[in-house]
Amino acid sequence: MDLLTFFEWCEQTAIGETIRNSTWLFPVIEAFHLLGLGVTGGAVLLVDLRLLGVGLIRTPVAQLSAAAQPWLLGSLSLQFASGIPLFLSEAIKCYYSIPFWVKMTSLFLALIFTFTVRRYVTRSGVAAGRPQLGRYTGVVSLCLWAGVAWGGRWIAFSG
Amino acid sequence: MSLLAFFQRLADSSWSIGLHESQYAYPIVESIHVWALCLFFGTVVMFDLRLLGWIMRSVPISEVVGRLRPWTIAGFIIMVISGSLLFFAIPVRSYQNIFFRGKMILLVLAGLNIWLFHSRVYPKVIAWDSAGVPPRAARIAGAVSLVLWSGILFSGRMIAYNWFDCDRQPQTALINFLTSCIPTESQF
Repeated sequence: MDLLTFFEWCEQTAIGETIRNSTWLFPVIEAFHLLGLGVTGGAVLLVDLRLLGVGLIRTPVAQLSAAAQPWLLGSLSLQFASGIPLFLSEAIKCYYSIPFWVKMTSLFLALIFTFTVRRYVTRSGVAAGRPQLGRYTGVVSLCLWAGVAWGGRWIAFSG
Repeated sequence: MSLLAFFQRLADSSWSIGLHESQYAYPIVESIHVWALCLFFGTVVMFDLRLLGWIMRSVPISEVVGRLRPWTIAGFIIMVISGSLLFFAIPVRSYQNIFFRGKMILLVLAGLNIWLFHSRVYPKVIAWDSAGVPPRAARIAGAVSLVLWSGILFSGRMIAYNWFDCDRQPQTALINFLTSCIPTESQF
């Protein structure tokens, strides 16, 4: 099965169909998706601003990271729970949308980076001795998540 | 000159038409609005959660305020500038849009909440700066802030939808009253 066939199948699902046939469902799910984005933004920024040396600099990175973690995971769960139904309702449009693929690529990279390199840097305390490493980590994380938000917003403008 | 007439004149300006019809300007401004939303709303949520005593309990409140507020303010300024441009691109429609009006009311309430917090609650912070769970008044301010800003996000997203717009009649009398719409005279 090639990718387009899979996307066509997604579009045919009952969830996709239900959302397409409703006036309210798409906008309401979308609004929750935006709410989740805002919380993800906060949880990411709390730690990344600190890594950049401009946030809560008197609090250890590991402590901030631990405080942000449940909100990061919680909001990401909300993002998946709302984003997948939105995708199912317009899968074919997404297939031909460049912003969609920009978003998915950024998201893939952002998730990998967040749960490997960034997790190590924030938890090990290694950034305390090497602030430059912390700054690079913060910049890469912010750029990747900014790409996710940008791509996401532009899906609506494409197609 | 009525507000509607004023916004109609704005809408006829070449800047407004240019912004509205440009292929890239509008989406770019919209994207900046969303980025700034992450900065503003994100830092507000983190601070409100601290006020509620849900996160960073060992970090003094004044420290969270001092270190996060510049970012919150920067995000807010970008939101207002980009948001004004988005309004300016479609002034009449935005002015009459029910979700836009709801958003503006919620914004005033959120501003009132901030004012109350900073004039009544925060001046006494020295007494509870290190408290893991701040006093009731501070927790209420945090909860109210979370609810209001979430409502603002929600209604902001809904402005894009034209279900109750003046050029879509018939609407109920209540809707037309709330959107200051006089169906026969409406023009876009």
